[in-house]
Parts: sequence; C-alpha cells; structure tokens
Amino acid sequence: MSNIKEILRERILVLDGAMGTMIQQHKPEEEDFRNEELKSHPKFLKGNNDLLSVTRPDIIKEIHVEYFKAGADIAETNTFSGTTIAQADYELERWVYELNFQSAKIAKEAAIDFAEKEPHKPRFVAGSMGPTNRTASLSPDVNDPGFRAVTFEDLRAAYKQQAEALLDGGVDILLVETVFDTLNAKAALFAIEEIKEEREIDIPVMVSGTITDASGRTLSGQTTEAFLASISHADLLSVGLNCALGARQLRPYLKILSEKSAFFVSAHPNAGLPNEFGQYDETPEQMRDQIKEFLDDGLVNIVGGCCGTTPDHIAEIVDLAAQFEPRKGEVPV
Amino acid sequence: MKPLILSGLEPLIINEYSNFVNVGERTNVTGSRRFARLIAEEEYGEALEVALDQVRGGAQILDVNMDEGMLDGKAAMVRFLNLVASEPEIARIPMMIDSSKWEIIEAGLQVVQGKSVVNSISLKGGEDEFIEQAGKVKRYGAAVVVMAFDEQGQADSYDRRVEICERSYRVLIDKVDFPPQDIIFDPNIFPVATGIEEHNSNAVDFFEAAAWIKENLPGAKVSGGVSNVSFSFRGNNVVREAMHTAFLYHGIKAGMDMGIVNAGMIEVYDEIPKDLLEHVEDVLLNRRPDATERLLGFAENVKGSGKQKVEDLSWREDSVEKRLAHALVKGIIDFIDEDTEEAKQKIGSPLKVIEGPLMDGMNVVGDLFGSGRMFLPQVVKSARVMKKSVAYLTPFLEREKSSGSTKGKILLATVKGDVHDIGKNIVGVVMACNNFDIEDMGVMVPADKILDRAEEIGADIIGLSGLITPSLDEMVSVAEEMQRRKMKTPLLIGGATTSRIHTAVKIAPKYENTVVHVLDASKSVGVSTNLLSDKSPEYRERIKSEYLELAENHASRTEAKAYIPYLSAIKNGLKIEPHIYQPNQPGITVFEDYDLSKIEKYIDWTPFFSTWMLKGKYPSILENPTIGKEAKKLYDDARVMLNEVISDKLLRAKAVIGLFEVERNGDDLVVFKEGKEISKFHFLRQQGKKAQGVPNLSLIDFLSEGSKDYLGGFAVTAGVGIEKLIEEYKSQYDDYNEIMVKALADRLAEAFAELMHERTRKELWGYAAQENYDNESLIREKYQGIRPAPGYPACPDHTEKRTLFDLLEVEKNTGITLTESFAMYPASSVSGLYFAHPEAKYFGLGKIDRDQVENYANRKGISVKKAEKWLAPNLNYEI
Repeated sequence: MSNIKEILRERILVLDGAMGTMIQQHKPEEEDFRNEELKSHPKFLKGNNDLLSVTRPDIIKEIHVEYFKAGADIAETNTFSGTTIAQADYELERWVYELNFQSAKIAKEAAIDFAEKEPHKPRFVAGSMGPTNRTASLSPDVNDPGFRAVTFEDLRAAYKQQAEALLDGGVDILLVETVFDTLNAKAALFAIEEIKEEREIDIPVMVSGTITDASGRTLSGQTTEAFLASISHADLLSVGLNCALGARQLRPYLKILSEKSAFFVSAHPNAGLPNEFGQYDETPEQMRDQIKEFLDDGLVNIVGGCCGTTPDHIAEIVDLAAQFEPRKGEVPV
Repeated sequence: MKPLILSGLEPLIINEYSNFVNVGERTNVTGSRRFARLIAEEEYGEALEVALDQVRGGAQILDVNMDEGMLDGKAAMVRFLNLVASEPEIARIPMMIDSSKWEIIEAGLQVVQGKSVVNSISLKGGEDEFIEQAGKVKRYGAAVVVMAFDEQGQADSYDRRVEICERSYRVLIDKVDFPPQDIIFDPNIFPVATGIEEHNSNAVDFFEAAAWIKENLPGAKVSGGVSNVSFSFRGNNVVREAMHTAFLYHGIKAGMDMGIVNAGMIEVYDEIPKDLLEHVEDVLLNRRPDATERLLGFAENVKGSGKQKVEDLSWREDSVEKRLAHALVKGIIDFIDEDTEEAKQKIGSPLKVIEGPLMDGMNVVGDLFGSGRMFLPQVVKSARVMKKSVAYLTPFLEREKSSGSTKGKILLATVKGDVHDIGKNIVGVVMACNNFDIEDMGVMVPADKILDRAEEIGADIIGLSGLITPSLDEMVSVAEEMQRRKMKTPLLIGGATTSRIHTAVKIAPKYENTVVHVLDASKSVGVSTNLLSDKSPEYRERIKSEYLELAENHASRTEAKAYIPYLSAIKNGLKIEPHIYQPNQPGITVFEDYDLSKIEKYIDWTPFFSTWMLKGKYPSILENPTIGKEAKKLYDDARVMLNEVISDKLLRAKAVIGLFEVERNGDDLVVFKEGKEISKFHFLRQQGKKAQGVPNLSLIDFLSEGSKDYLGGFAVTAGVGIEKLIEEYKSQYDDYNEIMVKALADRLAEAFAELMHERTRKELWGYAAQENYDNESLIREKYQGIRPAPGYPACPDHTEKRTLFDLLEVEKNTGITLTESFAMYPASSVSGLYFAHPEAKYFGLGKIDRDQVENYANRKGISVKKAEKWLAPNLNYEI
C-alpha cells in the first residue's frame, strides 16, 4: 500500500461513514450477538457492535459494501471497542484477537471485490483503534485527582494486541481515532512502533482526535496545537479530527491543523450535533454544504463521516471531493 | 530548520526567534529543601503550590526531579505528575522529567500526555545504553537534554565539550534518527572565580561551546543550570545576581536557548552598577589574570552596601497598641521602652499592658510560628522585645501580681553533669511566647534542687534537658526521685540524645505519673497545652498507653536480635594491613589563643541553621523560597557577631594535641612515652551477629597488631570568655544574642577541631602532607583518618574522656574541665582520638553483652556495676 501517499498528493480520499448508525438499521437483537460458543455467556451482549463481526459477519460485510458502493476509498473496520480494556465490561477479553482479525478480514474481502471490479480506484481498509473507555491522564475519582483507572502500560499492551490482530487480518492502515486523551493515543502509537520494529514492516498510521466542545480542547484539556505537538514524534500518514462536533463547528480547529501539520490532514465529522433524542439529523445535502467549506479552503486530504452519517452522506461527499484539489504543503511554519 | 515544539495543555514553540526560555527549578527535591520535605511528608497539595508559584513566576517549562535517597523516586514522580495533570494552570506548560535514573524518567514519560523533555541522558554509560535510551525517548515522544558527559567523564574544557556534543549529536542523528530540533545540549556550567586557575576559563568555554553547537550542530538547542557559575560567592547575593545576569547576557548572545534559572536571582543587565559589572565580566570572560582577586576584593565592598533598604517607619503613626503588636511580630526593639511607657499611661495599669497588648501580640507570634509562617529566629527576637517591655514594667507592678493569666508554670533545667542548654533555652522562649510562665534553672542542676524548686513554686510541668548520654541516666534518677516524693507533676524529656523510645522504656516506667518525650521546641507547646487542658486526663492516659505499647514492642524486638560471645567477636575483628606513620612532632603540643579568623573559614554552617530550627543545607538554604529570607537575616546577624567576636577577641580558642606511641594488648591500648607506659585506653567491640565476611569492629582494629603504632588525642575549645558575653545578654533580656553566641561558639569549636585535624594530618603527624581539600570536602570527611570522641557511637564510654584529659593535661593546657558526667565545660569544646589508618572509619558500637561488660570492667579495674552504669545505653540486657 505504499502508493497511498502518492494518491493523497493527487486527490482527496474519502473515508466511509458511521458503522453504528448502519448497524442500528439492521436492528440486531441479543441473539444476533451470540454464536454457539457464546450461547450461555453470562453478560448481556446487545450493543457490543464489534462482536457482530464474529456472530453476524454478513451484516458487517454488507455495510462495507454499501459504503464502497457509495464511493468511499477507505473503509474502517468494525473494531472501535476491540481492546481487552473496552471488552472487559462484557467479559469478552479473550475474544479480542478474533474480533479484530475477523473484522479486518471482512473489510478486506469487500475491498478486494471492489478493487477487482474497479481497478482504477484502489480501496483501502483502515483498522479502527478507539480510545477505550478509560483515560490515562484523568482521574475518574473527583476526590483523588492523582488516581488513574488505567496505566500507559495497560493501554500499550491492549493496543498492541489489537493492532497485531488487525494486521494479521489484512488491514492497510491503522487508524487511532476519536482520541479524547492524548496519553491513550501515545500508548497506541508506542505499541504500533514496537510492532513495526518487531515485524520489520512499515504501516501507514492515521491519528484522529476529538475536540469535545466549543472550548476547542480535547477531553484531557489540550488545545488542537498541543495535541498535534504531542503526537508528532510518530511517523504518521495523517492527523485529523473526528466525532463530537459537526463539520461547521470543526472547521476552526481543522484550520489550525491544516496550518501546523507536517502530515496529511483528515476530517470525519458527525452529521451535525445530536438532537434532543440523541439522533443526528443533518441531511446528506446539509452536510455536503458544510464540508464544501473545508474543501474551498483546501484544509483536508481525507474526508469522511462519523456518527449519524450513512452511505447517502458519503455519496454526496465523494461527489464533492472529486471537484476539489487536496490540501497542499505538508511542511508547517 | 524546524522549531522545537513542546506541549503541556498548550504548545511551546522554540525557534531562532524565541526569547530565552525559563525552566522552573523549584520542583526539584535536590535543589529545594522545602519541596523535598513536602514530598517526603507527602504534602502533595503544598508541593503543587510550589509548581504553581513557578508557573505564575514565569516558568515556561517545569523541571521535576525526585532523585532523593530516602524517596521512592519513581512513585513520587508518577504521583506528582498525575496531580499536576489535574491542575490546568500548571499542566498548561510542558514538563521536564529530571532524573539520573532511567527508570524514573521512563515512569515519568508514561504519565504525561504532552510533549515533555527528558533531563538527561549522556554517553556516560557508553554508546549502547545511550542509543537505547534515546530510542525510547523518541518513541515516548519527548525531546531530550544531553549532558556533555562521556565514558571518560564530564566535559570540562572547550575541546571536550565540542568533542562530546558532536559525537552525541552524530549518534542521535545517524543511529537513532532522532529529530535534530528535539536535541538540547547541556554543555556544563561550572563555577568561576574559585581560586583554581584551570577554572578561570569555565564560563568562556561554555559560551564558546554554545556558539560552536549552534553553528555546527543544526537544530540543536543549548541549555544549562545557571546558578552553578557563582558558586564561589555563596552568601553574597549582590555579586551572585550580577554574575547570573551577566552570564545569561553572554550565554544568550552565544546561543543559549533555555536554562534552569532561579528567577529571583536575576537582575536587569543594564541596572548592574558599571563597576560591579566590569569586575564580574572580567571574571566571566577571563579578561585579566587577576580578575578573581579583584572581584573578591570588590565583593567585600558590595556585600554590606547596595541593597540596603530605607527603613519604613510608617507604623509609628499607629495607635500604641498596634505599635506594640507590630514591634512584637517584627521583633523591633528600638522603641519598646517609650511605647511601653505610653501604653502604661494610656491603659493605666502595668499589668493590663502585659495582659492586653503584649499578650495579644505574643499570641499572634505564637500562632504564626505554630502555622509555620514565622521561624524560630524571628520568634526569639519577638521574645526579646516582650522581655524588655516586661522588664520596663516590672518596677511599676503591684506586689499582688495575678498569676491566673498564664497557661501554667513550667520549670526547666539541664540535668546534673550536663552543660548544654541551647535547645532548652529555645524551648523556654517558644513556650513563653505561647503564654506559659517559664522558670529556667540553668545547667548542671541536681535532681533535689529541681524538685524542691518545683514544689516551692507549684510548677505545673517539669522539663528536663540534656545532650550527652550520661544525662539519660540522670533523667531516670529524677523520675525515680519524683516517684519517691509521690509527686504528680508531668515530666517532659528533651535534648539531643533523648528519644521517645528511651523515654518509654527507661524513664516512664519509673514514674507512675505522666512522662512525655518532646522532640523539639515547637512540639513542647502542643504537649504542654494538652497536659494542662480540660482534656488532660484522657491525654495523659493516651500517652501512658502509647509508651507502654512502645516499651512492650521494644522488649519483644530486643530478644530477636542475635549476639555472639565476646571471644568470638574478638576473633571476627577487622584484620588490616598495617600502615604505620611516624609523627613529625611526637608528644604534646599546646596552642594558646589561636587566631579565630583562621578558624572561621572552617565553619560548617548547616548545623548552625538547624540549631535555629531552620532545616536545610548551607548555602542553598539562603535561597530557599520559604525560609531563605529568614535564614539570610540570621546568617547576616551571625556574620556581624562573628566579626565582632573575632576583631574584639571576645572569645578565645585553645587547643592541645598529643601524638603517642601505642601498642595493642587485646582490646586495650597501652600508651608509651620514651619507652615507658604512661596510660591505657580501653576499647569496646561490636557484638551483634554479623553476616559472613563482615567484621565485629572495634576502634582498636585500626591500629596495627603485634607492632608499635601511633595514636593521637586532642581537645579544643572556642568558648573561653563566653560567660561574660552570656551575662551581658542576659542582663539585657536578649535571648536572641545569647543563643546566637552559644551557637557560634559551638560552630567555632567544631571548625577548630576540623582545622586542627587538618594541621595534624598535614604537619604535626604529617601522614597526609600533600592533601588539599576545600571546606565542603572536609565537612564530608573525605580525608584519611578519623577523630572519634569518647561518649559517641564508636566508643560510647564517657569515662575514657578522663583518660584522654589526663594524658593531654587538658585542664592545665586549655582550661577545659569535665563535669561529673564527663561533659566538657565550656560547652563549646571538642575532644577525641585520632586514628590515621586509611581504612579507619566511623561506626556504631551497638549493643553489647554481659560477657564483654565483665571483661571491660576487669580490664578497666572498675566494678561491673559501675561499667554497667556508664554503658547503660549499650547494654543488650536489663540491669
């Protein structure tokens, strides 16, 4: 996949949209999350979407196919919560390797199908590595700010296992995403560097942070620029922002990244901000208009969708992206 | 070139256009006593405030160092950095993770989300280790400080700095692929004007190396610890500040990007007086061969002058009550008589002046001291003001003085046989400030006299003090006597050799009422208050049961430790190669009236500050953010008194040294003069069971076995004439200067002992004629040979002092006398034995068994009972 950098210099690549939103449309029930082996698992499993890659691979593959059909260049694996730390709530730590391996395999199969059908348009699979449900630089206990529920070492080990399984399953890219605590991301990057050294491979790595609200900071308190400085030691393909905000709210922070980043820049915003029912109701057309603003200013190299986005949103973005030049100039300051 | 971009919650960008970056240095346990104490006591909340002060004071990076032997450095680093992460105002700036231990650095790297700086790595441990650590630093996403240090040592010349920095740079770039902009060199800032010629170019070498680095190693930055350069001028802040400022001026011109700096010790370059600046720059830039001497000479002038502030007398406008309170809190004695008179007229009753404004003022002082916002020297000055005011009022007081106003009567005394009383005086002052009525009976007070007096005045508490070990026994006797008299008064125990455990095990069981050990003056207030409060019965009960438990635990623990028979201990003595040095000047040498100005520079100031309950190492204590200001004032006062003492010869120093031929006879040492036996010392030997290969030591092991060898003895004093001074201060109610002169005399005596030991090694005995140590090395005892004193851990029997005194004719030669407990008078005296062997070292005897005590009594020709009395603290059995 050495040519992804070359392609990125030529055109804007489109990342797929939300996985969760699409899974919801299939309305999976508790039995969909169980197979023979999990028949009598003591924990309630519904909602553990990553598990569907093992128990209902058909649903997941179908979603990848739909996004590729809509024109996405990069599919994200269904592994947002695929670490021992995130799976601990379901007591499914021992399934972590399988989850990631199967998810990668399904997405890769879909990518290969499309690449054969449309050889002029290479398709890539990015292994999604979510933030876990714990933070290494914040205390969950208000009475003891020095306490930490997870250590760097815990995270490093968990991410390493996830990344190895994703690579074994065939992903082309690793995507450390929805970073709300930079220290978690640094542990993931540390693990990836270890794997690169041990396996003597090079693998493109994307990092995407999350600006939580209008303060313009990550959950762990960093400004966009501090976040960028804190991860720039790693050899990255791209750095970007996703989730939490819609495209419009994301724009000022994306602008900072675009100015300062030595890497390609990505953005995959939500379909607006959630409404009072927690649903994202920005239409594909509305989202298109907002994304156009990024593209007008040449802020991004990779663009896609996060929560609330569907193949329809992605199709609009694909159509739009084809009309614009990618962001130029990778050397900051 | 790419900039160096660091981050906390916000980024810090350092490029060629950036101003000099200040690295905050106070969150460093090796550099700040206060921070070290806060971390040791796990006062992390206050430790965070130190960090916050740094940020608010303009620090752009925070250096955090937890390298202290007694700390779990890794845990402290992690805990502190985690807490910093919870304080956005601090976490805003990048961290500098500072340690000489890689494991602490790595633990730190694992808890910071931003891009931090590692301080430091170097080629010291070889290239492989350097590459591995640099690789890890890169993977954790930090920048790195590289020290100019390699396998051969620290770079101390321009050439070595260049050589090591270039090599480090090449390894980092070529073998680690380290980003060049993330490399920060620390090319070692060393002191100048040390008097050693090779040091003259230290600053110039740094500047030139910095310029070379910036010119030849693209992207690399230069940093350094600035305070080091002015090390020779400790105590002279005017000169130090000028040196730091000028150093930074030239360093930044040469390309220095950042530095670890005490922002309080920097001036504005243009505001340094031209003449001072010229002298300082002559030294820094090595512009003339006599630059050091010229600056030293010049420094003497600026020391006293310059920064003196105009006295602010606006407080004189306030009401008389407020003026009294101000004078008390600030310790200003100048106006106290007139203000007291005015208050007496205004209020109408002298007693009401004492109970009103004076007590109110002292309550403020007591509160401030109790909460750590005032320090002992200030409190003592306040007490002086109080006493002077009370003395003024006394003639006007009516006979029927009401006594209900105080918290209680405390009777203090140093026990029979002991002459040490600085600590007890301090206790008296502090307690008086807290509204206790103090009667101090002085030193060498027999038990009967203390107890008679206590009954006579109806003392509410009796406090006993002592410094030497035989005083412990005397305190036991006092407790027994109190029991016999069926007294009820609580007994406080304090002084350097006393301890909670000794009090619990030896003293408390002798007296069925309350016995409490008080560690220091500040504790004495709380304990006494509790003892005399409404809650007293419960408090006394609690103390009693605590001490009982301590004693029981102690009993069960002592049984556990194993001892070996004395004969086996002898067999397991240390066997050494003989090193016999013939003295240049055998026999006795007397030094009459030694020049104090020659002694002065041997003073170790650190214990002086600890006498005043200011904890910290000199000279850094003078810059301590909390106590530095008071320490400096105290030091200045001490200097003034010391100069007066020296120039007016208010104290006199005398010494006697003796070097003798000796021969071992078992654990006894026979002393010869012209072939005739003239004296005999008796030594004791460790008897605890040792691990394989570890000897049971006795001092006598440091002398050759089977052939003649040599031993030295000495007694020095710097306290001749002190009584007159003490009387004078007492008559002026001046506790401050009374304690000061005693503390100084003690320091002079110790310094004199150091000086005479050096002269003995280099001249009189001459076994180390070539040695050349500075005072710091002397204080750290880097020299060859030891000088243990009878009564101290290696030879705890105080009665051997008698043998030494007779041998050296100490009384006749120096005027020092021994009390019945073998304390020396004047108190500011030191005596001991000299051992010259290169392997001679200090050790503690520990506990010994009955067989050795019997043997010792037999050798010494005394009864076993007597031996047991003097060796009581060292017996592993109950008498």
